[in-house]
Amino acid sequence: MTVLQKKTENPIEHLTAEDIELIGKELDDIRQSVIDTRGENDARYIRKVIDVHRKIELGSRAVLLASGFPPAFVVGTIGLSVAKILENMEIGHNILHGQWDWMRDPKIHSTTWEWDMASPAEQWKHSHNELHHTYTNVVGKDNDLGYGIMRVDEDQPWQPFHLGQPLWSFINACFFEYGIAAYDLELAGTIAKKRTGDPEFRARAKAVLRKIGRQVRKDYVIHPLLSGPNFLPTLAANFTANLVRNLWSNSVILCGHFPEGVETFEKKSIEGETRGEWYLRQMLGSANISGSKAMHIMTGNLSHQIEHHLFPDLPSNRYAEIAPKIRDLFDRYGLNYHTAPLPQQVGSAWHKIIRLSLPNGWLELTNRRNLLPQLAVLYKMTTGSPKVRRTLQRKLTAGVRLTRAAAAA
Amino acid sequence: MRLAEAATTPLLPADYLDMVNPLRAGADLRGRIVAVHRETRDAATLVIRPGADWQRHVPGQWVRIGVDVDGVRMWRAYSLTSHLDRPDGCISITVKAIPGGKVSNHLVHRTQPGTLVHLDQATGEFVLPSRAPDKVLFVTAGSGVTPVMGILRNHDELTDVVVVHSAPTPEDVVFGADLRELAAAGRIRLVEQHTDTAGMLDAAAIAELVPDLAERATWACGPVGMLEALEEHWSAAGIADRLFTERFRPTVLVTGEGGTVTFTGKGTSIEADGATPILDAAEDAGVLMPSGCRMGICFGCVLPLREGAVRDLRNGEVTTAAPGDGVLIQTCISAAAGACDIDH
Repeated sequence: MTVLQKKTENPIEHLTAEDIELIGKELDDIRQSVIDTRGENDARYIRKVIDVHRKIELGSRAVLLASGFPPAFVVGTIGLSVAKILENMEIGHNILHGQWDWMRDPKIHSTTWEWDMASPAEQWKHSHNELHHTYTNVVGKDNDLGYGIMRVDEDQPWQPFHLGQPLWSFINACFFEYGIAAYDLELAGTIAKKRTGDPEFRARAKAVLRKIGRQVRKDYVIHPLLSGPNFLPTLAANFTANLVRNLWSNSVILCGHFPEGVETFEKKSIEGETRGEWYLRQMLGSANISGSKAMHIMTGNLSHQIEHHLFPDLPSNRYAEIAPKIRDLFDRYGLNYHTAPLPQQVGSAWHKIIRLSLPNGWLELTNRRNLLPQLAVLYKMTTGSPKVRRTLQRKLTAGVRLTRAAAAA
Repeated sequence: MRLAEAATTPLLPADYLDMVNPLRAGADLRGRIVAVHRETRDAATLVIRPGADWQRHVPGQWVRIGVDVDGVRMWRAYSLTSHLDRPDGCISITVKAIPGGKVSNHLVHRTQPGTLVHLDQATGEFVLPSRAPDKVLFVTAGSGVTPVMGILRNHDELTDVVVVHSAPTPEDVVFGADLRELAAAGRIRLVEQHTDTAGMLDAAAIAELVPDLAERATWACGPVGMLEALEEHWSAAGIADRLFTERFRPTVLVTGEGGTVTFTGKGTSIEADGATPILDAAEDAGVLMPSGCRMGICFGCVLPLREGAVRDLRNGEVTTAAPGDGVLIQTCISAAAGACDIDH
């Protein structure tokens, strides 16, 4: 992948400026149609989800009091995992987006909600709602692209440490909530800029630590203690539930912007961007997950990532309803509505992580027969000087061009 | 308790207790509607079982009730009309649906028993003094009769009472049957004015109907125009201190110029026009606001204006704040008169 602006086949070349504004107008109308019909049924929906979550969580925690008994351990762990996923995805993420603010219920409001997650709601809202949703998929602006630790684009020069990328990515997935907290805190950047003494940063860091403290105390001290002799099994169950939730939300989020074929954009390209162009960037920079109603709920309707990115503040339960209209709009304007089942999207995203952890073209040129010489090339690129790397990279790029030409002929 | 909080974080133990018993002591004050009695074609009495923390009200007072209309939480104030000593401990409010009124129409026409509503404690000054006067006059119109009914039902000791009530037709008299029964039993002297056929009563006509008006303590509740006419008459007669009035909604006399209102704490900005109270404009934009009576009397909506200008919709008075002033303004009766920066 490369930023859209540098592609040889630009997927939006056929659109005129007028087309783009017409798309924007149609999307504004779709948005308004949902706002005009928001009401009691939607309110009932979110209250129902919240109620179900609380009952599952309470029930699972109760079952886990007997976690020494293996069936109780299994049932309780599954229940708690489901509860935590619901809480983070369909409830927390969406409430913090302000999707339910229109109800004016102070208990279900983006300004009062706190979620079961290491990152305090306040900090997450800034990095997610303001930065990620505004600068979606703009390389160098949207840190969600690789969370500042990954190579996400062919145009970023390959460095030997990128080889570790699949491993970091997996560790990040396991401890995703802490990764998010560090990322919302801009921890890496602040350390790099030696600004950790900044009082504003310190205040935020303290808030994160307090939040983590409360979360850890709940899952790894209080509830295990309440289980008495079953302290360790309950602790293990809670750890597992957090792990499952982290892996799940990481997978869903990878699917949103990371599968092959999702476009990224140049920093320059968003200067003076119109509303229509902003919409278009969201359309091209997001990918959906197809699946059942249960799948949509468990992903917090981020399975409708395209719809969510177009209208981040519309109630999540309405995305499914507008999805056919959005898809029709994509079709009419000759755009690629990127959707696939979860395993396929996750696979695609991980394929990309692995591909980009290697020098450009390496994976494409490697097969069983040439594996050893290719490994030798990789070894030289890893251990060699930047000059060696550049030379070998040129060879790889030339090789790719040749194979593609041959395939085309 | 600390342990329970540590076990439920980021939720509170109350969030779980609310699932079981939302009316328990210690919970946010709520109530459950147990019955809806139709009074007239456009008025109904809602019988509400209040939460355990409900404090006894004083007859004549009103209560703010928060109800979800089309999924949106809306708060309004209504007079309490119940007997204080109902054996079931319930309270009642009586609501008249006003044309175009979202909340009143919902409450009168669409509310089902079993609905949970949100409440504040009762408040209001439209009450009898601790020693009830010997001679009383109530002047009411439309739903203005509701606090008076609340008083009549609970003050048997009142013996010399005149009620002058205006409504379009006999059928439109809220509590018509109750009032006529009280009149038949000799507890009150009832003057019903049916304005569709007989026109409006002015202050002079009331004075004619009630010759001993000056000897009476008078409580009046109804449209603003009526109240102002009465106030003028009572002042002219030199008995202004014997008249107590209750307004149901503020009168908008003037409008501001509108402007961008920024809520510093929340980091949000809205465009507010010059005719809409900042409270309404902010709520329409999804900002959670403190609110109260929505008519400029309870000060439940007060927020500091850090900088900018607002206009009091009741009298046109402009309040300005320079940076650092933090002038307290009532958002329910103030409209933006330019860009405003509010600490919230």
